[in-house]
Amino acid sequence: MTTLDVPVRNIVGDIDKPRGGALAAQVRHSVALARRSLIKTIRTPEALIDVTLQPIIFLLIFTYLFGGAITGGDRHAYLQFLLPGLLAQSLAMGGIALGQNLNADIEKGVFDRFRSLPVARSAPLVGAVVADIVRYMTVCVVMLGFGSVMGFRVETGLLPALAAVGLSIGFGLCFCWISVWVGMMVRTSGAVQGTMFLLVMPLSFGSNVFVETSTLPGWLQSFVHVNPITHLVGTIRGLLVGGPVQFHLLITLAWMAGLLAVFVPLALRAYGRRA
Amino acid sequence: MSDLVVRAEGLRKRFGKTQALDGVDLSMRRGTVLGVLGPNGAGKTTAVRVLATLLRPDEGTAEVAGIDVLKQPQRVRRRIGLTGQYASVDEDLTGTQNLVLIGQLLDLTTRDAKRRAVELLEWFDLTEAAGRPAKTYSGGMRRRLDLAASLVGHPEVIFLDEPTTGLDPAKREDMWGVVRSQVTQGASVLLTTQYLEEADALADEIVVIHHGRVIAFDTPDGLKRRVGGLTLRVRPSDPARVPDALRVLDAVAAPGTGASMDDAAGARRGAISVPVATDTAIDEALPALRRAGIEFSDLGLHLPSLDEVFHSLTESTTAPQTTAAKEDELV
Ligand SMILES: Nc1ncnc2c1ncn2[C@@H]1O[C@H](COP(=O)(O)OP(=O)(O)OP(=O)(O)O)[C@@H](O)[C@H]1O
Ligand SMILES: [Mg+2]
Repeated sequence: MTTLDVPVRNIVGDIDKPRGGALAAQVRHSVALARRSLIKTIRTPEALIDVTLQPIIFLLIFTYLFGGAITGGDRHAYLQFLLPGLLAQSLAMGGIALGQNLNADIEKGVFDRFRSLPVARSAPLVGAVVADIVRYMTVCVVMLGFGSVMGFRVETGLLPALAAVGLSIGFGLCFCWISVWVGMMVRTSGAVQGTMFLLVMPLSFGSNVFVETSTLPGWLQSFVHVNPITHLVGTIRGLLVGGPVQFHLLITLAWMAGLLAVFVPLALRAYGRRA
Repeated sequence: MSDLVVRAEGLRKRFGKTQALDGVDLSMRRGTVLGVLGPNGAGKTTAVRVLATLLRPDEGTAEVAGIDVLKQPQRVRRRIGLTGQYASVDEDLTGTQNLVLIGQLLDLTTRDAKRRAVELLEWFDLTEAAGRPAKTYSGGMRRRLDLAASLVGHPEVIFLDEPTTGLDPAKREDMWGVVRSQVTQGASVLLTTQYLEEADALADEIVVIHHGRVIAFDTPDGLKRRVGGLTLRVRPSDPARVPDALRVLDAVAAPGTGASMDDAAGARRGAISVPVATDTAIDEALPALRRAGIEFSDLGLHLPSLDEVFHSLTESTTAPQTTAAKEDELV
């Protein structure tokens, strides 16, 4: 070890004022923490299986195994129907890993360090959520790319397709706050996964992802009609293969706002309490 | 400005059935090292976490760098550095990335954060490993990175929770050097440790915590004096003269005590121990031994080691029920 002299604090100006103001500081901190999450993602590409291989397998299984039976033979028609639905399901499932990672970070004590630093309480969580954009983008690219290899065709146009991707990412970013909250509440990262599956499975199967709502029994239909996944799927279907969009879009946006309004404060509070 | 850079009063914290802190008062003078000692589960980590704004106490107040920890935690965080008991480095990030991230969160510009990272990595002997993910580091390397991380912001007050656990002896002494150099530059350091030797070497003052309470607060020498008192130790060159020497030395023993053969094995074998009241006893002992014609190979005044102090302090304090119950659960 060298005897290099490390100078004492040489910060110019008021040490209590964040550089560039509180808001700029919070944005900077969140970006720095998002970068941290991205580095972790790049270091462990196998952690992307749930947004790459998994949706592909679902797509293959449902198209070739059940597709014929469900539509009476027309697999291509079923693929056109199924892909927007599976996209929505994959977005919801894609958020689970975030809660697991945050839970593991807290258990390991990595967050203790962040909590001893002068950053906004929300910054570590916001940073992690922002970095999740990459995962939702990956889902969209993989689904549309692999889907097109299987024969899926966008029937509307480039702009609606881009809008579908934008909405998908936006929905993913809102929905994942549930996972963040669960990640703060339960003890182990395994429990995060278990709890989130209990939530995501009924939401994705109790919807119009795999079959038309009209084929379902009445009591189930009432659940399907309030299910946010249903309306996300409706919107994406409209944007990718045509059909009415506005109604589903409005409800989807309302759900997104609602998810943020409820789960962001819940997650922050749970994070603050977790010692 | 107050001379006290850490001041805590009546800290209490309960986890379920365990009263981890049961009314802890602490104070640390600016520019000094405060050693916090205590057996496992004494409440050291809990106290550090309260002072470092990670944990809200159930009761009590605390000030760090003159700022209320509970009312203005954000201002406290700008002035402290923390290395927790368990390594909190990010395993997927490289050494450099870990330190740069902390610099950025401390509002350094990215350029300054990078420069600071290079400086610290060099200082902690991690330059070669700087570009490797921390998960490839050995335990000691992680610990050093963790220590470097607490110094990124040139903190005024540094909290180190068992900073040298898991370091080899050479690296441990390096770390002592780091602590001393921080103090030379005006920082104050609160460190917990299991090594009494470490507290003895570094701390200006020592707090002993046991079952969530402070059972002693003194300088290292003060603690030693308080528990065992001074001992004069004489080793006659000729074992046959031991009885004579015992008789001579009895005269200088502190009231109510007497000279005796040291029953400890090893280096102290064959030596005579005499509890004495003050260090002037040596001035009486020397001429008396000369007059009696007793030659000796070793003669000196000794304070008890901190180990002895520690054991006598913690053994005399009985365990409250709750903690005993908790320790059973651990088995
Ligand atoms: N989060 C927690 N939940 C429950 N009990 C806790 C928690 N943190 C600490 N404790 C309990 O509080 C007591 C004090 O713990 P603390 O970690 O402060 O001890 P310590 O002096 O640092 O011990 P060690 O030398 O083993 O690190 C212990 O009995 C411990 O089991
Ligand atoms: Mg501890």
